[in-house]
Amino acid sequence: MQPDISVKNLNKVYAGGFQALKNVNLDIERGEIFALLGPNGAGKTTLISIICGIVNLSSGTVEAAGHDIVRDYRAARSSIGLVPQELNTDAFETVWDAVSFSRGLFGKAPNPAHIEKVLKDLSLWDKRDNRIMALSGGMKRRVMIAKALSHEPRILFLDEPTAGVDVELRRDMWEMVRGLRNNGVTIILTTHYIEEAEEMADRIGVIRQGEIILVEDKDQLMAKLGKKELRLLLQQPLESLPGELALEPLALSEDGYELIYTFDAQQEQAGVARLLRQLGDLGIEYRDLQTRESSLEDIFVGLVHE
Amino acid sequence: MNLHGVRAIYRFEMARMWRTLMQSVASPVISTSLYFVVFGSAIGSRMGDIDGISYGAFIIPGLVMLSLLMQSISNASFGIYMPKFSGTIYEVLSAPVSYVEVVLGYVGAAATKSVILGAIILLTARLFVDYHVLHPVWMVAFLVLTSITFSLFGFIIGIWADGFEKLQIVPLMIVTPLVFLGGTFYSIDMLPEIWQTVTLFNPVVYLISGFRWAFYGVSDIHVGISVGMTLVFMMACLTAIWWIFKTGYRLRT
Repeated sequence: MQPDISVKNLNKVYAGGFQALKNVNLDIERGEIFALLGPNGAGKTTLISIICGIVNLSSGTVEAAGHDIVRDYRAARSSIGLVPQELNTDAFETVWDAVSFSRGLFGKAPNPAHIEKVLKDLSLWDKRDNRIMALSGGMKRRVMIAKALSHEPRILFLDEPTAGVDVELRRDMWEMVRGLRNNGVTIILTTHYIEEAEEMADRIGVIRQGEIILVEDKDQLMAKLGKKELRLLLQQPLESLPGELALEPLALSEDGYELIYTFDAQQEQAGVARLLRQLGDLGIEYRDLQTRESSLEDIFVGLVHE
Repeated sequence: MNLHGVRAIYRFEMARMWRTLMQSVASPVISTSLYFVVFGSAIGSRMGDIDGISYGAFIIPGLVMLSLLMQSISNASFGIYMPKFSGTIYEVLSAPVSYVEVVLGYVGAAATKSVILGAIILLTARLFVDYHVLHPVWMVAFLVLTSITFSLFGFIIGIWADGFEKLQIVPLMIVTPLVFLGGTFYSIDMLPEIWQTVTLFNPVVYLISGFRWAFYGVSDIHVGISVGMTLVFMMACLTAIWWIFKTGYRLRT
């Protein structure tokens, strides 16, 4: 199947000479939730802005919904809804007017029933006649999402949608994103909250200094790069690791009370059994043990600091 | 053609006018009325006729032009500057609208407002001065043409401006002097010869002269030249706008 977004050899050099994107290649499949992760200034917003038509590309090609974003910009842009990172809203317009404006701007005939549905889904219906300036930050964020959904896009970009948003709205948003995906909408989100990507995404891309350094199915990524950790709390502190254990991927805490054993999440558990047997043979007693699986956050931090 | 998009921008801009009715309509009407009271009735009654027209009636075309230019520029520049300032411009840039459609929406709305305002001021002037319009079709044509041309000019200023002061500076520092020195209050014939020549470099002279011809059939400059110069200025604005969108100047990096 043709990807919904296809980025080929994309470069962006800003007027000052700063190269924000370096030969980016990326395909995003129809109907998936794709999370783009990366530290501040890595190029996430530049990439999104180019795809949406806000920033000009320097070289390369981008297709959205099968249309070249430069040559066939009308068709490409019509298929895209964008919720930008900054909370940029009108001030004096009512919620209803602002959302209806967006629909018209994207070339769609008025459809009050659709606008009503979007506003209701985002719990904005009661606020429809309020001026946007009178709304709270969270409500303004909802308005921006409503604007992006007003023209029924098949691709939705959410640039840091949950930055500075309370728990309730975040949960609502996740719910909404899942609902959209179930209706076949392709969703690309950038986020700093890695648990968000972990919870929502089908695939994850990591961008660092303008380069895509990894694109991977989330579960595979977790399995491949995820580490497991076993911590043993000892009855008596050890001064050093006994020689028999030195070969294992073992570490001893400073106070000598904890043994930390790290292993691949995919690897068979035989290593753990062997370790415990060895400890028994050596007469090292422990009073508790914990295992922990590394989160996407650990993986991410590991990747961007490589 | 994304007509829904043009309509959305146009209606958005017109809604802004209704919201700010006091500033948009009342203030130019009041300031123009003051001119009529002071120059038309008070001082004008002591002045002789110019080209056979009473002074009060003589200044009407110029005063309407003054409001028209100022309002066209301020409406259009504010209309495009505000989204740039608030950041909502992202939506227009990411929308499937061509630059022709963006200009139609913003400039169309600004020009509409100016034409409405010009009509209101003409009606207001009637309260102070008795005047007649010899060529009503030409009068309306000049009104519309000037509104469009200077709304285009305002649109350029709105894109160029990166602060509120710059929005004010062009109308105040450039347009006001040009209008005052463009024959609003006097006939160019009344100037010393050297200044008559200098005046010809002032584009506003052609607008006022043509507009006055539509009213009274007398003008400093042939009406054909007036129309021609207006069109030349319009073409210059259109070329600048074409360049702005082609290069993304202050819109797309």
